[in-house]
Amino acid sequence: MSARKIGNAVRLTSSYIVLVILAICALYPALWVILGSLRPGRALYSKSLFPEALTFEHYRELFTSHTILFGQWYMNTLKVSIFSTILGVFLTLLTSYAFSRFRFRGRKNGLSVLLVLGMFPGFMSMVAIFLLLLSMNMLDSHWALVIVYAAGAPIGGTFIAKGFLDTIPRSLDEAARIDGASNFTVFWKIILPLSKPMLTYIGLTQFVGPWVDFIFARLVLRSKENWTVAVGMWDLVNTNTNSNFTLFAAGAVLIAVPITILFMFLQRLLVDGLTSGASKG
Amino acid sequence: MNKHRNNATILSILAMGLGQLYNRQFIKGIIFLLFEAVSGYYFINNLGRTFWGIFTLGEVPRRLIKGKWVDGDDSIVILVTSLITLIFLAIFIIAYVMNVKDARNVGADRDQGKKVKNFRESVRYVLDYKFAQAFLTIPAIGILFFTVMPIIFMVMLAFTNYSAPKHIPPAMLVDWVGFDTFKNLVALKTWSHTFYGVLTWTIIWAVLSTVTTYFGGMLVALLINQKGIKFKGLWRTILILPYAIPQMISLLVMRNMFNGQFGPINQYLEYFGLDGLPWLTDPFWAKVTVIVVNMWVGIPVSMLLIMGVLTTIPKDLYEAAEVDGATGFQKFRIITLPMILFTTAPILITQFAGNINNFNAIFLLTNGNPVNGDYQYAGSTDLLVTWLYKLTLDQRKYNMASAVGIIIFLIIASLSIYSYRRTKSFKEEDMIQ
Repeated sequence: MSARKIGNAVRLTSSYIVLVILAICALYPALWVILGSLRPGRALYSKSLFPEALTFEHYRELFTSHTILFGQWYMNTLKVSIFSTILGVFLTLLTSYAFSRFRFRGRKNGLSVLLVLGMFPGFMSMVAIFLLLLSMNMLDSHWALVIVYAAGAPIGGTFIAKGFLDTIPRSLDEAARIDGASNFTVFWKIILPLSKPMLTYIGLTQFVGPWVDFIFARLVLRSKENWTVAVGMWDLVNTNTNSNFTLFAAGAVLIAVPITILFMFLQRLLVDGLTSGASKG
Repeated sequence: MNKHRNNATILSILAMGLGQLYNRQFIKGIIFLLFEAVSGYYFINNLGRTFWGIFTLGEVPRRLIKGKWVDGDDSIVILVTSLITLIFLAIFIIAYVMNVKDARNVGADRDQGKKVKNFRESVRYVLDYKFAQAFLTIPAIGILFFTVMPIIFMVMLAFTNYSAPKHIPPAMLVDWVGFDTFKNLVALKTWSHTFYGVLTWTIIWAVLSTVTTYFGGMLVALLINQKGIKFKGLWRTILILPYAIPQMISLLVMRNMFNGQFGPINQYLEYFGLDGLPWLTDPFWAKVTVIVVNMWVGIPVSMLLIMGVLTTIPKDLYEAAEVDGATGFQKFRIITLPMILFTTAPILITQFAGNINNFNAIFLLTNGNPVNGDYQYAGSTDLLVTWLYKLTLDQRKYNMASAVGIIIFLIIASLSIYSYRRTKSFKEEDMIQ
């Protein structure tokens, strides 16, 4: 064997070793929490990673307990997610279509304003929104959450969506216009079908929001039966982590698994979404 | 010659819609008139109180009358309702100006003998030629009330003394104090010490976390992309997992893993005969922990991005370098690194800005703790944003929180606008078509 070949073998072997270590680091927390959720007892501490016995007791408790209304919270979150996704994607698409396809006075300034608005720390505005909802008598309502999430959607999503729409050749619209299509027709028949990957991306990010927002939702949703899962989990963690770890683990698994699977399936789209707004400096 | 134009203009200044009626655009005119009637009714009832409210923020505190507490003015509610009325007023004024312009233009058309559009034609015209503006009103209204209004409100708060324990409505009044809050934040010893301390750590954190995740991601991407590595897709899928798990869950799980007493990390260290470390309870180690955990969360994104860039580098560049006898490292330094940096520079700045505002990483992992006795309501790992959260929701020092929020905003906004103005999607967007 030549020196070069040996060098190559050493390089590959060490690379594989590093990759395996990295893979363990990436997988370990997920594995640990899944196994933790199946462990009997309530404690955080366990002698070994793999428990001696497995139990689904904690999952059952989540759905039968009188203090933890997990099933109810799950449905609440699903409801808020679905409606805020539909409304939010619609608003984002409107905004980005207008900014991408039309040239009008104040357009560049409008884009800059949108960018700037996205930079205020979100919960700074919570006090004002809270007072606004209070004066509209909408506290403790899921619709309030839906409206606030959806109204915020264009601020985060417009740039990504506009970046994507910019790549759809404008000759397509022009051809359709020559054939007599109105702006609405162009939007429904050309832009919408071609922007499916982008819609998926925006929709997914919008969908995940309610599952993980524990700050604003906690402020708005006053009564326990109206909570979303994020609020419930946060409450569980804050009141008694060490004494109730396994229950938390079970809840965490139930929230994380669907979202993780969605993300893994759509990972290619995510990269496109991440880069289309900004790259190609 | 300009008879119709002038008459229509004057009439529409007198009342919305009169000019349109004069121009024989009856449906439009009636809609405008109705709009003015409704708005007028609203403003007559509210405008006086609005101006009084915005200047005084209420005058009567809660007081004792015949042994009973009687509610006075609630300054903050007054501020919010006044603000909302002022926004309506701004919308109304814009609508009024547009109404005058419209009447004037149509009048001018009539002077020149052009036919006046009927209602259906007007709608059609808007949909064809003013489509973007018409379309944008729906999202704009949402943004106006749920983003712009709150931001103005927040900025206003920074100039009041709205804070616990002395100025919390409805029991007590709030007043305008000018720039006092900002002065206290940068000059008053108790506040400025915390502010500069937290600011310093925020910047250190933002630099370290951006650099570690970026170069960590680059290393992993290069590792997987090497010639001869098998199952590239599998490695990528495994290593992307931390990104796919929602942060709220993964960070809370991490908090348990790094638990000093019962967590598995210390358990393993003890197994190997080492002492466990105070991962979350010692100021120094807590900082190390948040950086390390943030690498776990952040490296996958950088890895994905950089793998994407790697596929776009032309192969012939490497071949040419090989012909010239370049070593592997030289190829990396001269071709790969510059290409990656060039392509991802805007994203790097965005990530830096994002890290300054990285609320989740700190709040969920350490909650800003361990507590720092020298600080005002902040712990050793608190960033400006998490400090802001504590000031708002725990301590109710709203004015101070607003001032901090404005400062964070200024930092982030200047960074982001700088980076965004440099990207292609802003500069040469019409070139792509």
